[in-house]
Amino acid sequence: MAGKTLYDKLWDNHLVEQRDDGTSLIYIDRQLLHEVTSPQAFEGLRLANRKPWRLDANLATPDHNVPTTLKERKEGNAGIEDPVSKIQVVTLDENCDDFGITEFKINDIRQGIVHVVGPEQGATLPGMTLVCGDSHTATHGAFGALAHGIGTSEVEHVLATQCLIQRKMKNMLVKVNGTLAAGVTGKDIVLAVIGKIGTAGGTGYAIEFGGEAIQQLSMEGRMTICNMAIEAGARVGLVAVDQTTIDYVKGRPFAPTEAQWEQAVAAWSDLHSDADAQFDAVVELEASDIEPQVTWGNSPEMVVPVSAVVPNPADQSDENQQKAYTRALEYMGLNAGQAITDIKLDRVFIGSCTNSRIEDLREAAAIAKGKKVAANVKQALVVPGSGLVKQQAEKEGLDKIFIEAGFEWREPGCSMCLAMNADKLGAGEHCASTSNRNFEGRQGFGGRTHLVSPGMAAAAAVAGHFVDVRDVLQAN
Amino acid sequence: MEKFTQLDGLVAPMDRANVDTDMIIPKQFLKSIKRSGFGPNLFDELRYLDEGKPDQDCSQRPKNPDFVLNQPRYEGASVLLARQNFGCGSSREHAPWALLDYGFRCVIAPSFADIFYNNCFKNGILPIVLDEATVDSLFKEVAGEEGYRLTVDLEAKEIRTPGGRSIAFDVDDFRRHCLINGLDDIGLTLEKADAIKAFEAKHQAAQPWLFRG
Repeated sequence: MAGKTLYDKLWDNHLVEQRDDGTSLIYIDRQLLHEVTSPQAFEGLRLANRKPWRLDANLATPDHNVPTTLKERKEGNAGIEDPVSKIQVVTLDENCDDFGITEFKINDIRQGIVHVVGPEQGATLPGMTLVCGDSHTATHGAFGALAHGIGTSEVEHVLATQCLIQRKMKNMLVKVNGTLAAGVTGKDIVLAVIGKIGTAGGTGYAIEFGGEAIQQLSMEGRMTICNMAIEAGARVGLVAVDQTTIDYVKGRPFAPTEAQWEQAVAAWSDLHSDADAQFDAVVELEASDIEPQVTWGNSPEMVVPVSAVVPNPADQSDENQQKAYTRALEYMGLNAGQAITDIKLDRVFIGSCTNSRIEDLREAAAIAKGKKVAANVKQALVVPGSGLVKQQAEKEGLDKIFIEAGFEWREPGCSMCLAMNADKLGAGEHCASTSNRNFEGRQGFGGRTHLVSPGMAAAAAVAGHFVDVRDVLQAN
Repeated sequence: MEKFTQLDGLVAPMDRANVDTDMIIPKQFLKSIKRSGFGPNLFDELRYLDEGKPDQDCSQRPKNPDFVLNQPRYEGASVLLARQNFGCGSSREHAPWALLDYGFRCVIAPSFADIFYNNCFKNGILPIVLDEATVDSLFKEVAGEEGYRLTVDLEAKEIRTPGGRSIAFDVDDFRRHCLINGLDDIGLTLEKADAIKAFEAKHQAAQPWLFRG
C-alpha cells in the first residue's frame, strides 16, 4: 500500500465518521472568528436555542472593518466613524461576551488580522484542523495544519457541533526545487505558481508545497504561500512540519508547555508526506527561474515577471481568455506590450493577511530606508498585521524608517486589502499592493490593483513606478 | 432552508469566466449582520453606473443598460447560466445570499470555486456543473430565444430544454437529499453527538494540548 500524504494523515486523524454517500464528519480543533462572517452564525445558534459545543476551541478578533488611523482607534469601538462597521464590530463583542468566547477586542495588543493572530498566539498548531469564515484560512496550513475557509452556515455548524461535513479533496504537490535569488520571496513563488496553474488549477485539491525552496523559507514566507493557495483554487495549502515550524511555535501563549510540549513535538514529527505517498497531480518549478512577480489584470493568474511586458490578448489561444484579457486591459487602463516597469503608481499598500508580518515589514523597510516616497504616489500605507507585530516593528525602529520615507504607519487590520474600512483606492488609481486579490473594485470602486511582494511594493513607492527590487538591492 | 425539488425558470446568461465573489456582492455590503436584503446589490458594480453604498434605495440609481440582468427579457430569471470558475475568491456566504435574494435558485456553469459551491447548497441554491460544450450550447440557445426557460429536476438529476433535450447532471447524494427535503445540516450532525463525543475523548487523550479546558 502506498504511503500517505500529509493531507491524508491530517484527514484520517480527524475522521469522526465516514458515510456511504462519500461524505465524512470531520472534527475541528480550532475555529477563528471575525466580525464579518460570524453575526449570522451566532444569530442562527440563538434562533435554534443551541450552545457552542466547545468554547475553548474558538478564538475571535475584529479585523476586516476596524479603522487603522490612530485618531479613530484610540477611542476603541466608539471611534469607528462608519456606523455600519461599528455595528458589526460591536456585535462580535456582544456575541463573544454572551457565549463566553475568548476575543481580542479592538485595542487589545493581541488584536489583528485573524490569520496573523492565530499563528502568533500559538492558537494555530501543527496537526490541527482549523477553520474560519474567511478563504485565506489556508494560511495556517504552513504549520502542517489542515486549515480552510468556510461559509457562515458552516461557522454555525462548527460552533454547534465541533464538526464539518466534508468530502475528501485530491492531493496536489507543488515542488519548488533549488534556491531563490535574493529579493525573490514566498509571494513571488505563489504568484508564479498561480500564473502556471491558473486560478482554478487547484480546485478540488489540497496543495502541499514542498522542495528545497519551501524548506528554506521562514514560517512567514510559508504562510504567504499557503495564504494564496485559494487564489490557485485550492481551499487548502500545506507545508510539512520541520524544525523551522517547531522553533516558531515554541513558547507562544497557546502552545503546549513542559511534558506536553515534548509529547506534541514527538507527535508532530510524523506531519509530512511519506516518501512513497501518491499525489493526484504534481507541479514542479525551479526557484532560480522565478523573478519578482507583478499582476497586470483582474485575476491573480494575470501575472508576469517584473522584466516582462503586459501581454497581448491576441496571443491567447482560447476565445474566453482573449475576452477576459481584453476586458482586464480596459479596466486596468493598460496597453498590450507596455513594460511592467512603465506602470506608474498612485498608491502603495503594505499589509494584509498575506504580507503584514514582521519579516514582511523588515523586507519593505530595508528598501525604504533613507529614501523618499515618489511625488506621484499620493499615499503609501504600512498596516501591521497585529498589535504585536506593530510593537515588534517599533522596537526595531521600522516605524521611523517608514515615516521618514513618507509612508503612513497605521494600526492593525485588514485595511486596504478589501477596503471595508476607510482605506481604499479612488477610481482609476493604480496601487502596488502586497495583498492577495486584484479583482475589479476589490480595493475600492474602479481601483486598479497590482499584487507584489513587500520589497517590490516599497521599491515601487520610492520609484513611483514598478522597478526590479533585485536592482535596488544591488544598488544598495 | 427552502426545499428544492423542481424548478421551471427563466434563464439569464452571465457570459464571463472567473466571476468572483467581489463581483457578486462587493465588500461594502458585507457589513450587514443579517442574511437577507442583498438582492438589490447583486453584481452591484456591473449593474449600476455609480458606486453603491449600504442602505441605499437602489431603484433610484443609474443602471448600466449593457449589463445582462438589466435587460427586460431577463427580468424574473431564476436560473443563472455562467462560465468557468464561477464564485472564485472569498468564502463570503453573502454571495449565495445575494443570488437567492435576487431570485436565483440555480446556477449552471462548467466549474465552480469550492467554497462558493458548498455555500450554495446551504442556502437552497442548486449549482450544476455541465461540460463546457453543453454550457456553450445553452448560451447559444438562450441568446437565440427570448423567454428561454429550463426545467431543472433535482429528483431526476436532469435539465430539460424547451426543445425537448434532456441533460443529465451529477450531484452528491447527501447534498441532494438535504436540498430536496430542506434539511438543516446542524440538526443532522447533532444526531451523531455520541459519535462526536467518543471521538473527542479519544482525541483529547492522544493530543491533550489541543484542549485548554
